[in-house]
Amino acid sequence: MNGRRGLVLWFLLPSLLVLAGVVAYPFVFNLWISMTNWNMFHFQHPQFQGLGHYAKIVRMIGEPFARPLSQWPAAFAANEFYHIFGKTFAWTAVNLVFHFTLGLGAALLLNRKLPARGLYRALLILPWAMPQYISALTWRGMFNTEYGVINQLLAKVGAAPIPWFSSEFWAFMAPTITNIWLGFPFIMVIALGGLQSIPQELYEAARIDGAGPVRRFFHITLPMLKPVLLPALVLGTIWTFNNLNVIWLVTDQGLPADKTHILVTYVYKAAFFYYRYGYAAAFSVFIFLVLMFIVRGYDRVAKQEVY
Amino acid sequence: MNSRRRAAKAWEMVWVHALVWLLVLFAVFPVLQVIGISLRPGDQLYSTKLELVPPHATLDAYRIMLTEKPFFHWLGNSLLVSLATALVGVALASLGGFALSRGRFAGRGAVLQGILMTQMFPATMLLLPLYLLMRKLHLVDTLGGVVIAYVATALPFCIWTMKGYYDTIPAALNEAALIDGCTPLSAFIRVTLPLSAPALVITALFSFMTGWSEFMVARVLLASQDLMTLPLGLESLFTTYQTEWANYAAGSLLVCIPVVALFLALNKFLISGLTLGSVKG
Repeated sequence: MNGRRGLVLWFLLPSLLVLAGVVAYPFVFNLWISMTNWNMFHFQHPQFQGLGHYAKIVRMIGEPFARPLSQWPAAFAANEFYHIFGKTFAWTAVNLVFHFTLGLGAALLLNRKLPARGLYRALLILPWAMPQYISALTWRGMFNTEYGVINQLLAKVGAAPIPWFSSEFWAFMAPTITNIWLGFPFIMVIALGGLQSIPQELYEAARIDGAGPVRRFFHITLPMLKPVLLPALVLGTIWTFNNLNVIWLVTDQGLPADKTHILVTYVYKAAFFYYRYGYAAAFSVFIFLVLMFIVRGYDRVAKQEVY
Repeated sequence: MNSRRRAAKAWEMVWVHALVWLLVLFAVFPVLQVIGISLRPGDQLYSTKLELVPPHATLDAYRIMLTEKPFFHWLGNSLLVSLATALVGVALASLGGFALSRGRFAGRGAVLQGILMTQMFPATMLLLPLYLLMRKLHLVDTLGGVVIAYVATALPFCIWTMKGYYDTIPAALNEAALIDGCTPLSAFIRVTLPLSAPALVITALFSFMTGWSEFMVARVLLASQDLMTLPLGLESLFTTYQTEWANYAAGSLLVCIPVVALFLALNKFLISGLTLGSVKG
């Protein structure tokens, strides 16, 4: 028995080794970087400087709180950190809401008996099958203010062109729309699978009891899909929160004037454009902690083991 | 009464179709744009015409991509990397997931959590240490180094999917094989693995896709022209003096074709596999 248990652990070992090498080692290394002054001026010989970068982040977070209560709204609005932090949450929330409503909606529609259902399903999977960098650059072209197809279509119907990359709001909407497009097929596929495993008798029983379509959805469909959708929600949150590609490529590195950053793009710019490696490393640790906190929160709310 | 019912049914079909078509339009529209750009003569990204097929449409870009650019070389590298990632990914995840599903050892929950946590750290900040590590192991500028990085990227999702799927297979089947005298490894290979086909397909597809469309890691780890994968090759069309938009669009579509074919071929598996994979026993 003991031997068998040992063997099971041998099964796990190769995976852990790969993850340790490619993720855990760089993670620890990153912790070290976060405590050095590694930047453009100390590129060759970074020196250990302790928790300086972390202190800086904490000061930035705490800055508005040091003011009198009446000044808080203005202080929060002017604080760069809260700006980016808020945008990250808005980005994650809006994307997830649309991924789940569109994905779930598509799945419910395609779960009916439709002619050419297979074809629709194949077409709806396209955004998932296309490599992300290609889609992101395509959408950037479509959002082009002068020549992009979206503003041209708007002009056709007599609407004013949208200033996609000069207004802060629209510069946020552009990558959001792109990412909604990218992400809903994944949820659709997961939900379609989940729907097939719900026994039809449940619906018939509910119908006999006089439950309408809305009640059937909330009392049968949604609870039955919970085990499939919950892991997708957790992974979706993490992936969206840390999605660098879409914002970076669609807004061309944070147009207008670095106003469209979420936490990860901010870190990326700090590290690879301003060469503030130490600071960026410390900030990544902060992002990591925030995500851990969110996932734990899900765990509590769902009252179901996410893990 | 019958006619009223039929009318209601017909009305329902109308709005269901309207909604489906709206979604399909949303999904397909950007793809049509790429097709349009790929057919344009010269390298115009933008045109003020809205026609899908541009005036003077030409297949030149496809000819150039297939004959004048080292497209097949890139394709070969990408196929090699993606297939290796899929193979190694499936092998590791099917074993690791099994250990996490059946094993009852201390720290099992912690390992599962730890695997999920590897997804939480901003991946780009891991690139620099990863590069330094790979250099020590003499894996910089080798396809093998890239494959190892991709396997690690895809592994967490794959292990979770496999683990969830094994949870739905009765453990008694495996036990019976053990009593019949199989070694644990052969019981796993002969009994459990064949039953897990749908989850294996998903794991393979996900790993393959990781290798097929990844850009950043390849950019950092690969330097030689010879080793360029498709994403790097497509990007090289950007860095010349002028962006070759038509070629880029044509190349993008050529990149998508194998993946879409793969998705369509695996459609059935994909749907049943994801379900069962995520339902926990």
